[in-house]
Amino acid sequence: MKIGKQTIKLESKPCIYSTSSIVGPKEMQGPLAQYFELHIKDVFFEEKSFEKAESKMLETCINNLLVKTGVSQSDVDVIFSGDLLNQCISSGFAMRNFDIPFLGLYGACSTFCEGLLLSSILIESNAAKQVVASASSHFCSAERQFRMPLEHGNQKSPLAQSTVTGCGSALVTNRAVADNGIHITHVTPGKIIDLGVTDMSNMGAAMAPSVYSTISNHLTDTGRTIDYYDCIFTGDLGVHGSDMLHELFKREGIDISKNHKDCGVLIYDEQNQDVNSGGSGCGCIASVFSSYIFNELKAKNLKKILLIATGALMSPTSSNQGESIPGIAHAIAIENEV
Amino acid sequence: MNTNLNISNSEYDDLISQKAQKSPILRNVIAAFIVGGLICVLGQFINNKMLNLGIDKETASTITSISLIFLAALLTSLNLFSRIGRFAGTGATVPITGFSNSIVAPAIEYKSEGYILGLGANMFKVAGPVLVYGISTSVILGFVYYLLNYVF
Repeated sequence: MKIGKQTIKLESKPCIYSTSSIVGPKEMQGPLAQYFELHIKDVFFEEKSFEKAESKMLETCINNLLVKTGVSQSDVDVIFSGDLLNQCISSGFAMRNFDIPFLGLYGACSTFCEGLLLSSILIESNAAKQVVASASSHFCSAERQFRMPLEHGNQKSPLAQSTVTGCGSALVTNRAVADNGIHITHVTPGKIIDLGVTDMSNMGAAMAPSVYSTISNHLTDTGRTIDYYDCIFTGDLGVHGSDMLHELFKREGIDISKNHKDCGVLIYDEQNQDVNSGGSGCGCIASVFSSYIFNELKAKNLKKILLIATGALMSPTSSNQGESIPGIAHAIAIENEV
Repeated sequence: MNTNLNISNSEYDDLISQKAQKSPILRNVIAAFIVGGLICVLGQFINNKMLNLGIDKETASTITSISLIFLAALLTSLNLFSRIGRFAGTGATVPITGFSNSIVAPAIEYKSEGYILGLGANMFKVAGPVLVYGISTSVILGFVYYLLNYVF
């Protein structure tokens, strides 16, 4: 049921039953290493190209999710998946090996929450009982599409972010089928907000206003305050983008810095891993949610969270043509109700 | 809570400049000076060696350029040049070593898309603009030189 201007309240409270994560070698050197379920030792993952490696990671990740939950392919109604590569090839190619209806998404780094949002609405409407939401990114494939060739010797802006090599998948279920107490209670799809940032190496600042818009609309629609949530997790604002978000709230007299965390900041050790402003990419929030955050929810260290995936919807073409970066952010309210 | 952002594009731009971490310019300039200088010293060393071997000046400079291009290409393929570039910035990219790196890097990267449409078509992706405008500039300057010396 729609409440307020842009939030949907899910009466049936679809359950996030299980998650699966896989990351690359650099992420395994970061502070969240112990939480990731699978990892690849080499960025090629025994494949001939980075694109194939990313696709194989996604396939491995979803396979792992199905194996560990014991759900057969025929019981999954739909898979939502997306990535950063042109024409979403990582997802499309990974899905060749699944006998499951597939809906490909492009929301840049907001894809994972877009997938969770659509999954939960499908379940709410009884159109599906079990849905998988996935997203992937790979440092090497994204870098060569959006920036410079990997071996090119250049210096990066301190505001630039480093694409996460990783995938995350979540199995969203109708509670009558499977329930573990972790429920999606509200979803707030975001609007595009563009405050004219044109610097492709400053995506954090380009996305922060859309996060402000989504959070403020979500709270207004639900009548909640920031303190209602144990933590608000954003996808990949990075250090600088998080700073900008805190500033935008400060202008309204609200301090969100205490219960806000950013997956792009959490996944790397900013001081020692040469990642500038932090991690980014669809796989960033997907892998961090599917490992660390989901673990904390299961352990009840977190009970109520707002998960917000953030996307910068530009392309190298639009940036070369001088266009600014449209930002987007989708929010999912997740509560452990056991 | 206010759901509309009360901030104009220019105000937001100012806020970004206020908050953004600046590039460490002094550190970058010093690193570029040292590494760029060392590359030039190496070039001079090769040049002097060639001249000492009795090779004429023009051939010696050619050998120097080729040697530096080879070294940079080798370091690029060993995944070392990108590290030097990250440390030294323009100190590594402005000398001829950077030119070599900017051709070899996309060549490695696009090989997966085949030798013609991948490697061949993308090899000059980074260096292409330098060639276009470098050659255009030298043609224009050559024309001006001709006019000044032979016409007026």
